[in-house]
Amino acid sequence: MTTEALVERPLRIALVGNPNSGKTALFNALTGSRQKVANYPGVTVERKTGFLKTPGGLTVEVIDLPGSYSLRARSPDEAVTRDVVLGRSGYEKPPDAILCVLDTTNLGQHLRLVLELKQIGRPLILALNMMDIAQRRGLQIDLETLSREIGLPVIPTVAVRKSGMQDLLAQLDTVLRQPGPTEAAAETWREPDAAEIRGQHQDVARILRAAVERPGKPDRLTEALDRVVLNSVLGLPILLLILFLVFQAVFSWATPFMDAIDAAFSGLQAGIYRYVPAGALQSLLADGIVAGVGSVLVFIPQILILFGFILVLEDVGYMARGAFLMDRLMGSVGLHGRAFIPLLSCFACAVPGIMATRTIVSPRDRLTTILIAPLMTCSARLPVYTLLIAAFIPAHTVWGFNLQGLVMFGLYAAGIVTSLLIAWLLRLTVTRGPRQPLLMELPTYKMPDPKNFLMGLSIRANMFLRRAGTVILGLMVLLWFLASFPAPPVNAAQPAIYYSFAGRLGHLLEPLLAPVGFNWEIAIALIPGMAAREVAVAALGTVYALSGSEDALNTSLTAVLAQSWTLPTALALLAWYVFAPQCIATLAVTRRETNTWRWPVLMFVYLISLAYLAAWATYQTARWLGG
Amino acid sequence: MTENPPALETALTVPLGTLSPGAKGIVAAVVSTLDSTAEAEDLERQLLEIGFVEGVRVELLQQGPFGDPLAVRIDERLTIALRRREANALLIVPIT
Repeated sequence: MTTEALVERPLRIALVGNPNSGKTALFNALTGSRQKVANYPGVTVERKTGFLKTPGGLTVEVIDLPGSYSLRARSPDEAVTRDVVLGRSGYEKPPDAILCVLDTTNLGQHLRLVLELKQIGRPLILALNMMDIAQRRGLQIDLETLSREIGLPVIPTVAVRKSGMQDLLAQLDTVLRQPGPTEAAAETWREPDAAEIRGQHQDVARILRAAVERPGKPDRLTEALDRVVLNSVLGLPILLLILFLVFQAVFSWATPFMDAIDAAFSGLQAGIYRYVPAGALQSLLADGIVAGVGSVLVFIPQILILFGFILVLEDVGYMARGAFLMDRLMGSVGLHGRAFIPLLSCFACAVPGIMATRTIVSPRDRLTTILIAPLMTCSARLPVYTLLIAAFIPAHTVWGFNLQGLVMFGLYAAGIVTSLLIAWLLRLTVTRGPRQPLLMELPTYKMPDPKNFLMGLSIRANMFLRRAGTVILGLMVLLWFLASFPAPPVNAAQPAIYYSFAGRLGHLLEPLLAPVGFNWEIAIALIPGMAAREVAVAALGTVYALSGSEDALNTSLTAVLAQSWTLPTALALLAWYVFAPQCIATLAVTRRETNTWRWPVLMFVYLISLAYLAAWATYQTARWLGG
Repeated sequence: MTENPPALETALTVPLGTLSPGAKGIVAAVVSTLDSTAEAEDLERQLLEIGFVEGVRVELLQQGPFGDPLAVRIDERLTIALRRREANALLIVPIT
């Protein structure tokens, strides 16, 4: 094939490998920041692509596929991965070459996948990654013998240090210039059965016997750490302690940043009030757009910090231990241990958390996890919790604990306990079925790489901004409209919002919400609150005709509410907020991740029923106890 | 790496899921006895894919709180977490 012909055709390679092989780091090293994440139509498998340029001048698209131990498809998503590698996905043409990433210290396990890939018949290159760790452990491999025995080019790499990249790219150059294989091999590919897999293991053993000159020593540090961290008595308390410290850090570190962002947006609003003439435009800019953008951005510090911790724990290898420790507990309600990680992310924001459920293989397990995700207390509930607790819960100390802190903890606990109950119910009814096996690798502990960490963090922040942020901003503007029009009559007795569309809707809802102790002000505030939870605070401010900077609003609102509401009402609203599905972004991402309207509708219905029930029970009980 | 597995008839095998932390052995057979054959076949293949194959040495390192799951090291190289229920598909010849 001539070079000119090659350059014209867009070239594409697929990046595959076992989990924990450093594939993501290699992808980052090869493609740099020229990455893009999209979706294959109809499924939620991420289509992560990037571009690289070979020394020979070829531009190649790299498709990063999820790590797996085999091409065998255990779910519709895995089927897509398999089809992309085989080139029979129909979405795109077959890859021109396959790059398989291996953990050199685990060749016994990783080489088997290579044998499976060989059967496809496409050009295949092996990157022996983590070569530095292998050498440090004394592992000595004759790369030439290995390459000869397995019949494939082998390139040693250390992806996190970007070493070996040039050789890899040069090898790609060579391989891509060769004529491609016939299509027939991919068409006749079959999943290997048990006997064939055993045969592959034998082949791998033979290859390694020939090529490995000296086996490395096992990692004693990992073993020693696991004796403490996975100890059947100490393990779970250590995990809970780590989680507690993480959450503490999130709240204490995020606060100064959140205050700064609040101040910045208040300043922006003040500027608009000053310089833009009063009227619809001023209101739209200040109360709609700036308030909307501000309400999204103010969560970035919390989200970044929590995700930062989760990412570090993942890269170090501790998250797998967390899933190990939680598996029995989660199993009692039918969940997979791996669900622990996406659910943890939901404490920052359910939107990226739900997207993170893609790592759960079984569709049923994944669905259950998605459906209970909103019960994890997300950052957006906190402004409401903080406001109500400050207004109604005295700052007493009970048994050595701050009462306000106890109530906050109780709200978190209520969400978690309910989620376990709902998961159990779901497994009995809607998502019935056997549990997927655990079969999870506990990787050796590794130092996280700063660059990869930052890249991972920015991807998640982006996810939040694009998915949640755009939905919330759009809705804020819509709700500003509903809350501002029609304008109040000249001698208005009530605050302006009373007369608007939102106000009328609130009036309609008022009789429905009376049994749970909500007055019309709350009913009105809950309408914009349906779009995004934290908006209810600003909405309450509007309803009580308060204005001013965010801080001033909060102090005055606290005082106003403490005077106007009864304790049962406040407690009922807190109970409502633990459950109520007041986040369109969550419903939207659920729709997207499950590909149907059925599950977001079910999610909405069950959550709002729980919210009503909890609020009603709380209100009636509090009144009966003499509130 | 892998050693020649001892003959099944003369060796005494135990399911891995019945052992305690500290136990070591060699995998003699990977046979799933779960209820449905589809599930059993699937588990057998998954165990094989992840590295549990006849002849490898295994060591039970840890167990989770309440006894489940198990952390099992294969051939001194790779550590896999699996539940006792799944581990029972691995018949082990214990070694001291």
